[in-house]
Amino acid sequence: MTTEHTPSDSRRRSRARLAGLPAIATIGAAAMLLTGCVPNAAPDAEAIAVTATDTACTIGTAETTSGTVTFAVTNDGSKVNEFYLLGDNELTIVGEVENIAPGATRELTVQANPGDYFTSCKPGMIGEGVGQAAFTVTGDAIETTPEDDAVIAQYVGYVKAQTEELVPLVEQFIEAYASGDDEEAQRLFPLARVNYERIEPTAEQFGDLDPKIDYRKPGADEEGLPFTGFHRIEMDLWHDEAAANGDYDGDPDLAPLTPEERAELGDQLVADVTELKDKVADPEFTLTLADITEGAKGLLDEIAAPDGKLPGEENEFAHTDLYDFTANVEGSQVAFDTVRDLAVANDEEDLVDELDDQFSQMLDLLAEYGSYDDGFVSYDTVTQDERNALAAQLGALSEPMSRLTAAVVSG
Amino acid sequence: MREDDSPGTGSGSDGAGVRPTRRGLLGMLSAGIAGAAAGGLGGFGLAAERGSGAGSGAGSSSSVPFHGDHQAGIVTPAQDRLHFASFTLVRGATRDDLISLLRDWTTAAEQLTRGAPVGSGVEPANPLLPPDDTGEAEGLRAGHLTLTFGLGRELFVGDDGESDPFGIRSRMPAAFAPLPSFAFDLLEATQSGGALCVQACADDPQIAVHAIRNLARIATGRAHLVWSQLGFGRTSSTSRSQDTPRNLFGFKDGTMNVMAEETESLARHVWVGSEAPDWMRGGTYLVARKILMTIETWDRSSLTEQERVFGRSKLEGAPLTGGDEFADPDFAAQTEGSPTIDMAAHVRLAHPDANGGVRILRRGYNYVDGSNDLGQMGAGLFFISFQRDPASFVRVQRSLKPDLLNEYIRHIGSGLWAVPRGVRRGEFIAEGLFGR
Repeated sequence: MTTEHTPSDSRRRSRARLAGLPAIATIGAAAMLLTGCVPNAAPDAEAIAVTATDTACTIGTAETTSGTVTFAVTNDGSKVNEFYLLGDNELTIVGEVENIAPGATRELTVQANPGDYFTSCKPGMIGEGVGQAAFTVTGDAIETTPEDDAVIAQYVGYVKAQTEELVPLVEQFIEAYASGDDEEAQRLFPLARVNYERIEPTAEQFGDLDPKIDYRKPGADEEGLPFTGFHRIEMDLWHDEAAANGDYDGDPDLAPLTPEERAELGDQLVADVTELKDKVADPEFTLTLADITEGAKGLLDEIAAPDGKLPGEENEFAHTDLYDFTANVEGSQVAFDTVRDLAVANDEEDLVDELDDQFSQMLDLLAEYGSYDDGFVSYDTVTQDERNALAAQLGALSEPMSRLTAAVVSG
Repeated sequence: MREDDSPGTGSGSDGAGVRPTRRGLLGMLSAGIAGAAAGGLGGFGLAAERGSGAGSGAGSSSSVPFHGDHQAGIVTPAQDRLHFASFTLVRGATRDDLISLLRDWTTAAEQLTRGAPVGSGVEPANPLLPPDDTGEAEGLRAGHLTLTFGLGRELFVGDDGESDPFGIRSRMPAAFAPLPSFAFDLLEATQSGGALCVQACADDPQIAVHAIRNLARIATGRAHLVWSQLGFGRTSSTSRSQDTPRNLFGFKDGTMNVMAEETESLARHVWVGSEAPDWMRGGTYLVARKILMTIETWDRSSLTEQERVFGRSKLEGAPLTGGDEFADPDFAAQTEGSPTIDMAAHVRLAHPDANGGVRILRRGYNYVDGSNDLGQMGAGLFFISFQRDPASFVRVQRSLKPDLLNEYIRHIGSGLWAVPRGVRRGEFIAEGLFGR
C-alpha cells in the first residue's frame, strides 16, 4: 500500500465512521499529554514495536484493542525518521512522533477507538510516507474528553505533513519541466498541486505566498504582481491551449518560455513552497479551531466559486480541475475529521453523521471520474449535466458544513 | 450648479479603459460593491413621493416631468423597477444618424414618460401596418417612468480612442476618462460598455420594459441593443423618513447616500459644473457595474461573518459600534484589542472618511437573471451611481480593494456614460453637442 508517484492515493471505498481521534502525541523528546480525562484502559499493555528504515516501516502487529496504544518506533535507517498513525482516510493524522534519529527509539502513545487506521513512516521527514500499512483497532469505544489544544495540534501536524509531501513533488515536477520533458511535467502538474489544494486556506494565511504559488494570470495582472507559480507553468506547458484561448490574445506571456526562463520560474516555485513548509513548521505557527472549521468550509466554497473548479476555471488550459476538486474535498474532510470529537461532545452527532454521509457521497461521485493513481478525466470532457450533478452534491455537502463552526466552537 | 471645488473633480483616471477579463482568479478577492452600506449604497427611495395617489405597480397615474435642468431618473425618488439598456451604433452610422436618433428618442421619451403611447399608438391608420406602439403598457399609464440617457466615450473618440466619428471630439469634457481596470474585475465584454445607454425606471416592470423595447425599435438602422439588465427592488433610499432598503445579502444599504434634499451636496458631488462644456453642465456621469453575488456561499456564512463583512448589524443596520442605523460608526473603537469594525469592513472602506470626503449618488437595483448551468443563482446588484467626475467612483472603488465583501462578489459588467444636462422644451437630448 505504498504510494508511488502520488501524494497519497485516494481510496474510494465507502467510509466507515472514523474513530475518535484524540491523540497523545510524543513530539520530540517531551511527551505532551494533550488529552483530557482518559480511562487508563491498558496501563500494562506492551508497546507495539515499529521498525523504521530508509525504505520500510515494519510493524509488529496489524491489530490491537482500543484504549491506550503505544508504539515504540526504532529507527534502523540512516535518515532521521518520523512515524504516523493515520485515520482511515489515510490523511488525518491521529498521532505522530518525529525527529527519530538513526539508532534511536521513540514512543507514540494514543488513545485509540475501534476502527481502521494506517501506519506510515517518513524517512528524512520529507515527501511521501513509506511502508504504509493497514492497522485495525477492535474492542469497545473509549470515553474521552477532547481538548481544543490537542485538536489544533493534530491539525497543525497534518498541515505540516502536507507541506512536507508538497516540496519533493513540486521538485520532481519542476525537474521534468525545466528539463523540457513536457509530457512528464504535464502528468505531474495536477499531482504536484494536490497537497497544496488540501491546505490552501492555511497557505492563504501567509498573504504573500499564495499569490506567488497559485494565482492565475488575471489575478496577478490585476494586482500588478509578476505572474509566477503553478498557473504560469500551466500556461507554458499547455501553450497551444492557452494560445487558442482568445482571452490572452497578444499577451507577451504567451511566448513559449526558454529553458533559462523555465529554470528560473521553476526555482522560484520550489523556493516558494519550501518557504511555506518552513513557515508552518515554525513552532510559533498555530491556528484556532475556527480557522480549521472555516477552512473546511472555505475549501468547499473555492470549488464552487465563479473562478473555481466547478466551472473549470482553475486549470483552464490543463483541464485537471478534478484533481483540485478532489483535493479540496479531502482537505475539508480532514479538517472536519479533526474536530469531529469536539462536535460529538457538543451533542452534534446528527451533524457529524450527515457530514460523513455527504463526504462519502461526494468522494464516491468524484471517484466516478478517476483517481490520482489512474488519472482523472479531462474536465473539458465532463458534460454540463455531469457538472450539475457535481454541483448539486457539493451543495449538499456545503450546507451542513456551514453549521460546523457553531457546532465546534460555541460548545 | 455651483462651481465649488468638488473633491471628485480630478483629472480622471489612468486611462486603462474597461478591459473585459473573462477569466477570474483563484484568490477569492475581487473589487467591491462600491458603496454598499456605509457610504451607503444609498440612493433613492420612492415611498415619500409616491404617497399621494401614486401607489405602486400597475395603474399608477403619476408622471415625472421629462423636461428640466437635469435629466429625470437621477434625484427622482427611486422607483422599484429598472430596465437598463446599452446600445451601440450600427456600422457606418453618421453624425446625421446620431442626431436623428437622439431627436426621435427625445420625442418618444417625452410621450412615454407621460404615459402616452409612442407615435400613433397601437392603432395605425392602416391596419395592414404594424402599430407604432408595441402596446404592452397600454392602460398602465406613466408609472413614474423616467428615462435617463447617457453617451459613451466611443461616440467622441471612436472605437480606437483616437478618431472622431461624429465630429464631437472637441466637445468631450476633460474628465471623461475611461474607467481603469480594477483589481479582480471579472468583466464580461457582453455586459460592458456601449455607445449609448438608457436607464428606464418605473413602478412597474412592464412599463420600463415597454419603454426600452420601443426605444430599441425606434433605433433600428441607426443603433442596436447590445445588452440590457432588468432590476427589481431599489437598493437606495432618498429620505430618512423612509426605510432603507436591503440588498440581496439581506443588509441595509445606503444609509449615508446623498439625499435629494441635499442641494449643496448634489452640486458638489453629482452635477457637473463650469469645468465642462455647456452641454454637460447640469449633467453627470453614470457608472453601471453588474456585481454578481455568490449567494450560496454567502448564505452559508455565519451571522458573525456577515456582520463583520459589512461592519453593521443585519437586523437593524446599526454600526457594530452601536447606536441605531443612522449612528455614526466609531472607527476607532476597540473590542478586546481589535477594531470593533474590522479594518476591511465594507462600512469602513466605503465611508466618505476613507475617501477624502467623496460621495457618490447611488441608485442600484437587485437583479436575478435566473440561474447558471451549475444551478447557482445568477443574482446580485446592478450598481448604478452618479457623480460629477468619474474619478470619484474610481477613488471609492479603489479603496474597496481589501474589502471583506470581495470574497462574496464579482464585478461582471461595467460601463461609464456621460449624462448630458436636462432637455429643455423644443430641444433634443444632448443637442448642445451638435451646435455651431
